[in-house]
Amino acid sequence: MLVLSGVAVVVAGFALRFNPLAVVVVAAMVTGLSAGFDPLAVVGMLGHAFAENRFIAVAWLVLPAIGLVERGGVRERARALILRLRGATTGRVLIAYLLIRQIAATLGLTALGGHVQMVRPVIAPMAEAAADGVAPLDRQTRELIRANAAAVDNIGVFFGEDVFVAIGSILLIKGFLEQNGISVAPTQLAVWAAPTAVFAFVIHAARLLLLDRRLARRGRA
Amino acid sequence: MIGLEPLYVLVGAMFAAFALAQALDGSWRSAVFWGDFALIMAGASWLPDLATGALVILLGALALFGLKPSPAPAPDASARTASAERLRDWLFAPALAIPAVTLAGTFLLPLARLNGAPLVDPKQATLVSLALGAIVGLAFAMGLLRAPVSTAMKEGRRLVDSIGWAAVLPQALAALGGIFAAAGVGKVVAALATQYIPMTEPLVVVSVYTCGMALFTIVMGNAFAAFPVMTAGVGLPLIVGKFGGDPVIMSAVGMLSGFCGTLMTPMAANFNIVPAAILELSDRNAVIKVQAPTGGLLLIANTALMALFVFHR
Repeated sequence: MLVLSGVAVVVAGFALRFNPLAVVVVAAMVTGLSAGFDPLAVVGMLGHAFAENRFIAVAWLVLPAIGLVERGGVRERARALILRLRGATTGRVLIAYLLIRQIAATLGLTALGGHVQMVRPVIAPMAEAAADGVAPLDRQTRELIRANAAAVDNIGVFFGEDVFVAIGSILLIKGFLEQNGISVAPTQLAVWAAPTAVFAFVIHAARLLLLDRRLARRGRA
Repeated sequence: MIGLEPLYVLVGAMFAAFALAQALDGSWRSAVFWGDFALIMAGASWLPDLATGALVILLGALALFGLKPSPAPAPDASARTASAERLRDWLFAPALAIPAVTLAGTFLLPLARLNGAPLVDPKQATLVSLALGAIVGLAFAMGLLRAPVSTAMKEGRRLVDSIGWAAVLPQALAALGGIFAAAGVGKVVAALATQYIPMTEPLVVVSVYTCGMALFTIVMGNAFAAFPVMTAGVGLPLIVGKFGGDPVIMSAVGMLSGFCGTLMTPMAANFNIVPAAILELSDRNAVIKVQAPTGGLLLIANTALMALFVFHR
C-alpha cells in the first residue's frame, strides 16, 4: 500500500497545479523510497530510467524545420486556403482531418500527423480561419478551437492504429497472450479493433458538429 | 551500424545550441535547463546513473522556479504574409517531407547494407528514419527560405521556448513509469481493484475489466502498462477462464478501453499536456477537457461491444 504514495503525490501535485515536471520528479523519489530503496539508489534509478527513455526526445528534431516554415508563413498560407473555400467550418475542417488521420493510421502511416508537424503549423490555423471568417474570435474561443485540433490528432491516431496489424499495441497483445499459452493472429486482433474505430469516428464527428453549432450561435449573438 | 547513440548526440547538439542562444541572451535559467537536458541526451550512456539522476532533479527544480526564457524576436506578420504569397503551397512541402521520408526510411533503411553488415539497426529503423525525415525537412525548408542554419536554430529555439519544460515531461513520466514498475505499484492497484468488487456476474467482470483498463491507464498514463496487469489479474482468469470468453475480442477491445483512459489523463503528457504547450493554450488541461466526453462515451461503447460479443464464439 505504501508504494501508492507516489501515485498520491502525482494526483495531489497535478490537482494543486504545481509544476508537473517537478511533481513527477518528487513522485519518482517518493515511490522509490517508500518501496524501501535507499535515497542514492533511487536517484540512480531515476537517472537510469530517464536515460532509457531518451528515444522519446528524438521527435523534437523536427523543431527547426517547423520553425522555419512558420517563419516562411505556412500558417498564413493554411489560413488563406481555408478562407478561399466556401462552406468550410471549424467542425468540417476537423472532421476531414480526423478522417484522414484515422485512415492513414489504419494503413500504418502514423507518422502522417502530429502536434508539432501538422496541428500547429497547418490544422489549427485552418480550423481558426474557418471560424474567424464569420466573426472575430475572442481568446477563449480561439483556444477552444486549438484544443479541439489537438484532440482530433490524438483520437484519429489512437483509434486508427490498432486496425493496422504491425503496430506496437497489437504486437504487445499477441506477445502477452503467447506468454500465457494463447496463440492469436494479429489480423484477428486488428479486425476486432475496427468496430471501436467506427464508434470513435461517429462519436467525435458528432461532437465536432455540435462545436460548429456552438460557434455559429456565437457568430449570430 | 547506426543505432540510437548518434541520434542522441544529434538531439543533444540541438538542445545545446538552444541553451547557448539563451546564455547569449542572458537567460541563465533557460540556458542551464536546456544545457542540462542536452548533457543528458548526449552523455547519459557514459555518465553514471547517479549523475544523470541528479541532472534530472535539477531539471525538475528549474522547472519549479520557472525557466524565464528571454523572448526570441518573432518575424513580423507582414513579412510572413508576403513570404506566404510568394512561396504558396511549397510551404507545406518541408512539413510533408518529414512523414514521407520517415515512412520510406522505415521500409527501406532495414534493407541497406554496408560491407555486408546492416547500415541501420533494424530495431531502431523508425527512429533513425524520423531523424532523417527531420534533417531532410530542415534542408528543404532552408533551401526554400534561403535561410542559414543559424536562422533555423533561432526558429527552433522560438518553438522550444513556447513549449518550455513540457518538452521534457513525457520522458520524465516514462521514467516514473519505470520506477512504478520496479516498486510494484501496478500489482497493488490491480489487487485493490479485484479485492473489493464481487466478480460473479459476467457483465460486472467485463465492466471491471474495461473500466479498470481506463482507470489504470489514467493513473499510469499508458495503456501498455495497464494491459498486462489488468489482463493477468481480471481478463484471463475471469473473462476467459471462468466465463469462457474469447481472448481475442477481450484483448483487442480491452486495449482500446485503455486508450479511452489515455484521452483523459495528464499523465499521458505527450498527447495531452505537450500539445497544450505547443499550441500556446493558457489552460494546460484544455485538450483533456475536449477529449474527456469522447473518451467516456467510447468507453461505454467498448464495454457494450465486449459484453455483447466476447462470450459468443
